[in-house]
Amino acid sequence: MKRCLLIFLSLFVIAVCIPARAETDAEVQARKGALDLAGAFSNDGFKIRDGHWCGTVKPHDHALIAVNLYAGNQYWFSIGATEPAKKIAVSVYDETGKQVTTEDYNAGEKAAAGFAPANSGQYFVSIDLVEGQAGSFCLVYSYK
Amino acid sequence: MIRLARLGAIGLIASVLAVIGAEPARLPADQLAKAVRSDSISIPTPGELFAAVEKPGKTDWSGQYRGPIPVTYRNRAQIALNLGGLIADGFVAVEAKDSQQVKNIGSDIIKLAKALGVSQNLLSRGNSINEFAENNEWDTLQEELEATQNEVKSSMQSHSDQDLVILVSLGGWIRGTQVVSGAIMHNYDERSAKVLRQPALVKFMQSKINEISPELRGEPLVKGVSEQLPGIEKLVSFPADKAPSLDEVRKVNEAVGKVMEEIENKALAK
Repeated sequence: MKRCLLIFLSLFVIAVCIPARAETDAEVQARKGALDLAGAFSNDGFKIRDGHWCGTVKPHDHALIAVNLYAGNQYWFSIGATEPAKKIAVSVYDETGKQVTTEDYNAGEKAAAGFAPANSGQYFVSIDLVEGQAGSFCLVYSYK
Repeated sequence: MIRLARLGAIGLIASVLAVIGAEPARLPADQLAKAVRSDSISIPTPGELFAAVEKPGKTDWSGQYRGPIPVTYRNRAQIALNLGGLIADGFVAVEAKDSQQVKNIGSDIIKLAKALGVSQNLLSRGNSINEFAENNEWDTLQEELEATQNEVKSSMQSHSDQDLVILVSLGGWIRGTQVVSGAIMHNYDERSAKVLRQPALVKFMQSKINEISPELRGEPLVKGVSEQLPGIEKLVSFPADKAPSLDEVRKVNEAVGKVMEEIENKALAK
């Protein structure tokens, strides 16, 4: 009985200590790719935001995240992905769902979109799988 | 004649399709509603806000300093809200390039974080903040402040205090908005004023507060702050293409200033 209680308590402690899902190796790899790409924009004075969003991108589907941006800033959204995803694309939409014009960079498993919002408010960043199979991705963004 | 009419109709349809094709893509509202919203990406840092304000002209950042706040709070929600506010103050001091002020605020951040029992790693963050401030490494300091905020949040998560995370973000946003609206009031500029439009952000923070435990949500300070958010959301809901007037900026400043006073006030928390 005591042993059962101990096991239950141990499981409870483990559950409490791991509130958030741990990142997979593929996500860590994807994040490295995204940071490598974002690092290139740092040379132009862009600061990399200390935060990221990782997940899985699937064929015929997109991963969508809301961001809140400020007019006056310029932004770059950099994505890294891992095999079997082969080519990804990133696009940005305004709060009404209309796609905004962005400066794009695409290099297989890495992609980035840059723009300067004319209005402050909510925007949506979409990550699409263009070629390959479902794979991990990670998004980081930079601003100046 | 019939053939000509048919050709004309085909031409017309083709032109209409071409115009439709040229239209930018659109995402339907149900997809936008399902978009992921996360604390680490969807809530901008005070540094991002201040960077946008700085563009049109020189901002008097030191004019937005406030006096030292108590660092002896006992209520955990109040500590979390004030911790967010202090981190925003750190960003203000970095913008002002004021190394002594950065060091003072860095020390207060560590004191408050310790009161919450968050990670010992923060102590080394405090040392780094001092070192970077002494060497006037302003860009690195900004990164360090952001990393400190994230470390506080992840430490809260690992201590089963995840409900406090949104309060840190909220405290930072309220203090950041107070600073920016104050700076715009002193030197009004339409381009700067446009940064205050953030209704979706306030709505998101409100929704996160609605998800925290009923006990924490029922605490007088959290309840009071939460009840004022819908009013603030309305005040920052300007039309997308219109900059708020000086009077509208003043109203935002008064509303967030009132909330900030409650957050700082030791007597209000349970």
